[in-house]
This record gives sequence, structure tokens and C-alpha cells, in this order.
Amino acid sequence: MEAATKTQNTDTMCKNAEHLSGAEILVRSLIEEQVDSIFGYTGGAIMPVYDALYDHQDKLMHYQARHEQGATHAAQAYARISKKPGVCFTTSGPGATNVLTGLADAYLDSTPLVIITGQVASGFLGSDAFQETNMIGLSMPVTKWNFQVTKVEEIAEVMAKAFYIARSGRPGPVLIDITKDAQIATTDYKYKKCETVRSYQPMPELDMSQVEAAAALINGAKKPLLLAGQGILLSGAEKELMEFVEKTQTPVACTLLGLSCFPTDHPLYTGMLGMHGNYGPNMNTNECDVLIAVGMRFDDRVTGNTAKYAKQAKIIHIDIDRSEHNKNIKVDVPVLADAKEALTALNKVVNGETKEVWMKTFKDFYQLEFDKVIKKQAYSDNEKINMAEVIRTVSEQTNGEAVLCSDVGQNQMATARYYGFKKPNTQITSGGLGTMGFALPAAIGAQIGDKDAKVVSISGDGGFQMTLQELAMIRQYNLPVKTIVLNNSFLGMVRQWQDLFFEQRFSCTKLDNPDFVKIVEGYGIQAKRVSKREDLDDAIKEMLESPNAYFLEVVVETESNVLPMIAPGASVSDMRLE
Amino acid sequence: MKEYTITVFSENNIGLLNEVTIVFSRRKINIESLTVSESEVKGVSRYTIVAYMDESKVENVVLQIEKIIGVFKALYFEAEEIVHQEVALFKIANSTKLNGNLESLVRNNGAKILTVSPDFLVIERVGYKAENQELFHELEQYGVLQFARSGRVAVSTLQKDFTTYLKELSN
Repeated sequence: MEAATKTQNTDTMCKNAEHLSGAEILVRSLIEEQVDSIFGYTGGAIMPVYDALYDHQDKLMHYQARHEQGATHAAQAYARISKKPGVCFTTSGPGATNVLTGLADAYLDSTPLVIITGQVASGFLGSDAFQETNMIGLSMPVTKWNFQVTKVEEIAEVMAKAFYIARSGRPGPVLIDITKDAQIATTDYKYKKCETVRSYQPMPELDMSQVEAAAALINGAKKPLLLAGQGILLSGAEKELMEFVEKTQTPVACTLLGLSCFPTDHPLYTGMLGMHGNYGPNMNTNECDVLIAVGMRFDDRVTGNTAKYAKQAKIIHIDIDRSEHNKNIKVDVPVLADAKEALTALNKVVNGETKEVWMKTFKDFYQLEFDKVIKKQAYSDNEKINMAEVIRTVSEQTNGEAVLCSDVGQNQMATARYYGFKKPNTQITSGGLGTMGFALPAAIGAQIGDKDAKVVSISGDGGFQMTLQELAMIRQYNLPVKTIVLNNSFLGMVRQWQDLFFEQRFSCTKLDNPDFVKIVEGYGIQAKRVSKREDLDDAIKEMLESPNAYFLEVVVETESNVLPMIAPGASVSDMRLE
Repeated sequence: MKEYTITVFSENNIGLLNEVTIVFSRRKINIESLTVSESEVKGVSRYTIVAYMDESKVENVVLQIEKIIGVFKALYFEAEEIVHQEVALFKIANSTKLNGNLESLVRNNGAKILTVSPDFLVIERVGYKAENQELFHELEQYGVLQFARSGRVAVSTLQKDFTTYLKELSN
């Protein structure tokens, strides 16, 4: 067989096998899987792949991060926005180990990724060769699947399997470690998409008896409460959720990652669950008679003390992952299914009527929360700006339709609490792992995933400094990402805990920060700092109206705490308002 | 804490054993014994794992194992739901002290002499861990040079369907 030229049309490849290098096969596999964007950082052990990529730039756009962790977070957000697996390339050793944080983050938040790490040649494996690390061993606990390719003949099949596993069932990250000799060696190439793996059943068959049992509880409920998790967004069940809620008149609360799956201005929306969530849904978790959990996993940040969690309620748990049922909370009716499929089936058999008295309790709780917390924070009259009012202003000026990428800490909770999400998939944050430094690279990935979106990154001064080198990507690729740093010169959330639970011993949380505006300007991005309330509206307007990237530093109150709060180990109904 | 026997069926792939044991180690559950070999279906490995854990944990452990790509099925059993055995080998110095008492000890314990050489002999016993341990104590008077015990192997008294399922996969 004649060696194929690199410019050959890939459409014809499936029909006739060609003789190609492993690197070329890998790149063509990505094209077969409809990949259009790759995030990464080159290096010695991945060079053949980058070389092959050079000939396919018309189909595969590579975005060069400045650190592999940044590449993974960008790929995560890209995946969430585009609903396609995010793809990263890195070299071996330190390049590969730098993706572990992103992998762990994606694993906990069920984000589909396909990470390709270069590896030393197979003859060097296990010899502590230059830049060799055991990436299979290291990534095993934080990947849905991983595989080390040592033979060129394996590449096409493994790539097909990687994409199938990453995107099917409960999505998750996959890592393929590929030795340099496998990248260089040649073999016949023919691509076949993977549609099944015999020891993997991603889509359980819906058991109608579970649906009927759930419907019986729902139809008899006087005080139901629905907890909406990210499973709604992952399965694209927003419409089915709306139909269910309106048909049954069930109040809805979202988990942190579930935010944006249900419009916050809907009369049946009651707020966010959990440690820094809204007062009403948390208090009413211990009052409802039927708790319907959809695509969420009863994370400890949601449940507080599990021994005191919703003991009075019958619990229905819809989840595609069998191992989530009864893991944290004992469930009365487990429904093993994708959220969309389960809600579609339920919508045919559920009914309900307005529950005025029950709904009023949520409104009363909200009023209490508004008077004691929201009014003071989002409409603050203190001398310094409160981070809540920054988020409220962004929310009002964007009409709740921007994509908000938040970091981790007080800024994250303020974003979750005070941004009025109107459209699905408009909140991207690090939920399970709580990775500081997530927001900026995530905003980059989100912008690449949806070039028309208005993407706003919200960070604190601590998290921003963990990945700020990715500003270079914004500049290099002319991405109109808007970046807000809420600067309180503290690691705010830890400071809050020190304030409340460590007798105000502020150990190692005060930050002596650099001049952010100068740094950002050094990257060639327009930047501004505001510290006065009267300048805030106009500054945010100027930022949002800019056709280019824009950085806004807002100097905010140092000693403001995010309230209400469920203290560690306390019950959801022990939420404190002050 | 209860003793559980966990049976896992998986592809015979490099790294899968590691993935299965991580499920135990990250929960600080010690594995008492672990036996892996090819099952009745070619290419499918069968693991028998013995571990002590709380009743509330075992179901989740099994479901987490089953979640691993490459694992077909994981099941857990209590003692009465399985038939299980271990193999024990005892190496005894072949000295003048050996006499008919040893032979009757071996016979009475359902053991057998596998090998006899001028310097040592090897006794094999298949049975429960406690019985094998008991024989070890009785043999100590003869000087046990080596004592090796396998992990548990077990078959369930309840689950029959899985074998059929595995065979379907292999067809």
C-alpha cells in the first residue's frame, strides 16, 4: 500500500485503509469525532502529534495555554458549553502531571474530556527516564477510564473508545497516554466509531415500576420539593423539568452545578441549596413531604448533617449512576435513568395543583432572607462595595443571559446567589473539587465553545493569581472575555471561616497583592479599577459594551461574609442568617 | 464490621486489578485476601476478595467497583451465601523425628503429602482458613520450614444467572 499524503481528504479514509503514523492517526481520529478545538501545551514527548496537527489546522484549531492546568479548565468549560468532549494535548512528565487537577475537577463534576498525554518511548517505561511519570497510575483515581497506548495499531480503536466513554452515560474525563514510539510508528488506518463496550452499560433501561412508584408519591404530595442538579443540564432535560414542575406545581431548588437549568425568575423557583444557598429551600428540606432529587448526588455541601437531613420526607432520587443511590442519603424510590428519560416518562403520569400555603412558606423565608441578608449585601450602603452588588449589577445589565464562569470562594457563592440565570448552561464553576484558578481559563474555553456568548469571568484576588498567565490566551486569540476580579485582599472564604469558627485568627489569608491593572495591561488587555460605588455601574457597562477583552478590578469590602450559612456539621434547617 | 466475600468479574486487562483495589484503599478498607484468575469464560477474570467493613458500606463499595470500565459485575456475599476454600502448603523438614504420627495427622485433617524429598516434605490441605491454621499449629512440633496459604476462592450458592450472562458475552 502506498503511503498516504497528509493532505488527503479524511472523508475517504474510512473506505480505504491507509498507512499512516500513529500521530497522524490520532489527529485524524479527532477529526472523525468532530473535534474542532484542542487546548494544550507542546513538549518533547508529544511533538509527533503536534507535527501531525500542523497539516490539519483548517479543521483543528489548537489553543496554546500557558500552563497545562489552564488548558484542562478551558477544555472543561468548552465541553460544558459546546456539549462535546473537551480535548487537551500535553507532553509527558510535568506536562502530564499538570493536568491532574483538571482531571479531578472534571471527574467530580462529570465533565467529558479526552486528554492525550505524550509518554516516553515504550522501551523506557518504568525506568525513570527523562520526563517519565506513571500517568496511568496517577490518573486512575480521577478518570472515568484511562489507557496507555504502546502500539500504533491500538490508536484508532482506543481513540474511538475514549470518546464513546467520555461522552456516554454519566460523562467524565478520559486520559490516553501514548508512547512516543507509537506516535512515530506506522500502520494501516481505518476508523470505526465505538458504539458499545461489552463491560460498560452507559444507559440503564428505564424500569417503569420505579417511575410508577415515584409518580404515586408525587401525585399524593402536599409539600413536594424538587432538587435540580447538573444531571438536568447534562441530559438536556430543561424543557422536561419545566413541564414536570408546572404540571405538578412543585417548587424547585438548584444545586450549585444545577444553576441555570431552571430560570431564576420563574414563580416556582425557590433558590439555591446548600451551605451558602437560599434560606427557604434549605429550611423547607426538613419540612417537605416528598423530596424529588434529579441528577444530583446529595453532596455534603448540600445536605449538611446527613443524620438530620429530610428525615420526614419520602425521597425519590433520579440518577443515571446506580452507585449514587443510597450513597449519602437513604432513598425511598430510586429511579435509575438519565434525567431527560425519567422526566419524560414521569410527565405522562404525574399531576398536581397549586400549593399556595406551601409556596407561601418559601416566600416568607425569602422575605426574611432579603431583609436580613440580601438587602444589606446586594443593595449595600456601606462605604465599600459589597461583592454581591457587583454580581447583581452584572446580572441586571446582562439581563441574566451572560455565561458566568466563577472561581471558588466567596466570589463563587456571590455569583451563585446574586446572578439571575435565565438560560441553560450559563453558569460554569468548579463544584466538586472547588478549584481556585478555575474561572479565567474556564471563561476562555467557554468563549471558544460559543463565540457569540457574552462570557464573564468572576474571580477573587486569590484565585485569579493562580492562573492569570492564561490572559495570554485571551490576547493571542482575541477573545472578548470579560474578567472581573473582586479584590478584598484576602482569601475571603477562608477568612470567613476564621472569623466564624477560628476566633478571628486570620492565619495566612491576608494577601499583599500586585497592581492587577498593570499586569493585565502588560498582556495587552484593557483594564480598569473601581473602588467607589458611584463608578461601578458605568464601569460594568463599559466592560460589557466593549467588543474586546476587558478586565475590571473591583475593590470590595474586606470583612463581608457570605450569608446565610449552614455551619459545618449542622443541619440544613439550622441555617444561620447572621 | 462484618466479613464480606466480594466477587468481581472483569476483562483481563492490565491495570484493572489496581483500579479495583483503589476502591478499597481510598475508603481505608483492608483487603484480607485476594484471588484472581480466569473465570469459566475465556478472557474474563474472576476476583474473590475478602474484607471486613460496615454493612452500610458494602453495597456502595460493590457499586463503585461495578462502575469501573472493564468490570462486568461485582457481587457481595455473607458467609452462608457461598462455598469457599483456601489452599495451604506446609513444608516440613524430613528428619528422623518424622514417624507414623505425622501420617495420621495428615490423614485425619483431610490433608495430603504432595512431595517427599530427602530434606523436606510438602503437605497440602484444602479447607477453611481456621482449619488450615489449626493444622499449622499441630505441625509446628515437626518444625514447619514454610507455610503458604492462598487467598479464598468462592462460588455462590445464590447467583446462577451471571454465568449465563458471561457466556452470552463470550459468544
